[in-house]
Amino acid sequence: MRLNHFLTRHFVLAIALLALPFIIDALFGHGWVRITDFALLYIMLALGLNIVVGYAGLLDLGYIAFFAVGAYTYALVSSPQFGLHWPMWITLPLGALIACGFGVLLGAPTLKLRGDYLAIVTLGFGEIIRIFLNNLNAPVNITNGPQGISAIDPLQIGSFSFGNSYQWMGMRVDDVHLHYYLFLGFTLLVIFISRRLEDSRIGRAWVAIREDEVAASAMGINTRNIKLLAFAMGATFGGISGGLFAGFQGFVSPESFSLMESIMVLCMVVLGGMGNVGGVVLGGVILVALPELFRNAAGPVQQALLGKVVVDPESLRMLMFGLALILVMLWRPAGLWPSTQRRREFAADDSVLQQEQETVYDASK
Amino acid sequence: MRCRRWAARPQPSREKVGSHEKRHTRCRFFFVWIAQVIVDILLQQVINGLVQGSVYALVALGYTMVYGILGLINFAHGEVVMIGAMIALTVLKALLAAAFAPVLAVLLSLLAAMAVCMALGYSIERIAYRPLRNAPRLAPLITAIGVSIVLQNLAMMIWGREYHSFPLPFNSVSHQFGGAIVNDVQIGIVVVALIIMLGLMWLVHRTRMGRAMRAVAENPSAAALMGVDINRVISVTFMLGSALAAIAGFMVSANYGIVHYYMGFMLGLKAFTAAVLGGIGNLRGAMLGGVLLGLIESLGAGYIGDLTGGFLGSNYQDVFAFFVLIAVLIFRPSGLLGEKLSERA
Repeated sequence: MRLNHFLTRHFVLAIALLALPFIIDALFGHGWVRITDFALLYIMLALGLNIVVGYAGLLDLGYIAFFAVGAYTYALVSSPQFGLHWPMWITLPLGALIACGFGVLLGAPTLKLRGDYLAIVTLGFGEIIRIFLNNLNAPVNITNGPQGISAIDPLQIGSFSFGNSYQWMGMRVDDVHLHYYLFLGFTLLVIFISRRLEDSRIGRAWVAIREDEVAASAMGINTRNIKLLAFAMGATFGGISGGLFAGFQGFVSPESFSLMESIMVLCMVVLGGMGNVGGVVLGGVILVALPELFRNAAGPVQQALLGKVVVDPESLRMLMFGLALILVMLWRPAGLWPSTQRRREFAADDSVLQQEQETVYDASK
Repeated sequence: MRCRRWAARPQPSREKVGSHEKRHTRCRFFFVWIAQVIVDILLQQVINGLVQGSVYALVALGYTMVYGILGLINFAHGEVVMIGAMIALTVLKALLAAAFAPVLAVLLSLLAAMAVCMALGYSIERIAYRPLRNAPRLAPLITAIGVSIVLQNLAMMIWGREYHSFPLPFNSVSHQFGGAIVNDVQIGIVVVALIIMLGLMWLVHRTRMGRAMRAVAENPSAAALMGVDINRVISVTFMLGSALAAIAGFMVSANYGIVHYYMGFMLGLKAFTAAVLGGIGNLRGAMLGGVLLGLIESLGAGYIGDLTGGFLGSNYQDVFAFFVLIAVLIFRPSGLLGEKLSERA
């Protein structure tokens, strides 16, 4: 009965998600399916960061480091770099595990730090990882330095490779479509885990720490372990997403893991609505789609309006993107789709403030 | 050990009379030479570090003043430095082309950069931060990132992607200073930075405005009840910080001779690191952190190869700085001079 209800409610959504790559392909072309794949990867990343920032309230500005760790793990054990070609069902969990280890490594010394001190240490951690990736080509060549690692094996299960095209019932299914389904599966899994965590004992403990760490530990929550768990969990999602990225792209270099990327993922979480899975997904979709839309619009629109390209489309695109960030935040300070709890808190803040002001005015009368 | 091997090699007949003393003098000579080199490099690195650190300190002051009052990381501050440098460059070029006296041209361009940056800082606060003052803590962080992206790309549109060389209207004479080399620009940077920091301390601790700033930093609502115009204080803080940023931008460009639209990002990041290192929200902390970070960086770049036996080269300079930061924060979680935050901070 319950299953039936669930199915009817989600049937349309499921069909839509399954048909989405072909609809996008037909309407906008192949490139946009690729962008959709990247959007899914970013959504996974954003959901991972959401655990650290949204649930546990620990501001992490170096989150992309875990993505990098996952990607490089995959790249090192399945590319000609060391001549290793391990299968995906070993490399992905391995990447997740190593990323998880790095998460604990970052979490352990920073447990005492609060707020913005934590932010700068995580930022430093992210930069350290990037600089090491950039320079570990001498004296022993491990990461191949700034050139990065290329010719990485595609994601593969048995003899079925996600990197090839297949004919299926007279329909051509390309690598971007196949990756879409793979990434969709992983994203749904991450969404499922996030949703289940949210209402679990652990999830409530995270929220309690976010709201008031002292009170939380007074209630018997082991704040140290729970915080470490948040870091480890977020890092694991980042690691999986990184492995998928490496297999999809076939090439990794330190350039893909700059501070700006961390900031982008953070923007997805905050802009979409911190702590709310739906909001974070929305934020991921918007922040991946928006720059691409502007990219397609910036040049041609100028051409049409002014007759020639006056301003460099690339910088115009980023300019519009920056403006969009500011405007959305001014318009909806709690994010586009905040969690109900946050919305309530936000509304409560105003009334409390008003109350306080009223008492103050009463006193002055 | 090393000395003996070095001395032994060119000594074919070790049984000769007097070879013992000879070896010793050579050995001593070698040590004196090595010590001289180390001291020279050390002195040079300390000077470079001081110069770089003064710039960091000026930028870090901007971060820390805003943080102390609003509790907000002003991520756009690095871009204000860059805009300051760009404005100074443009005005300086125009004035030199109009055959102004060099000193006058430098002063005017610096003033112009400060004026533009103050207006910029004021508008950033009005547009991107003030409407969000009661919003969730991370909302202004995102608008700050937005402002930073906008400024960077605006600068790229106006001044282009290329590196501009910064014209210095006078010869920067190099001085020999105990084996190290210092030029006029470097001396100027350290002296001006010192004067500005002293001035700022006077302003914050001795004037009415400074008292208002400290009051707002302590407790905004209580300050408001005591008749302090909070909005005005915050605007003044932003303008002050931006003026310092403009000066820092001018200094960096004069020192390296190069201006680029992307220069603000890394500089801002380093300065923010410096502010945190010293204890964010604390003016003395920002100065100390800035100078320390400059020293750590230049000494680290000079000696990191020797310390790790050649395993890590000077390209790990930034890693070194961040490791020191993390180490400091582990033992002093609120920075070197930061107040100990209460558990409920």
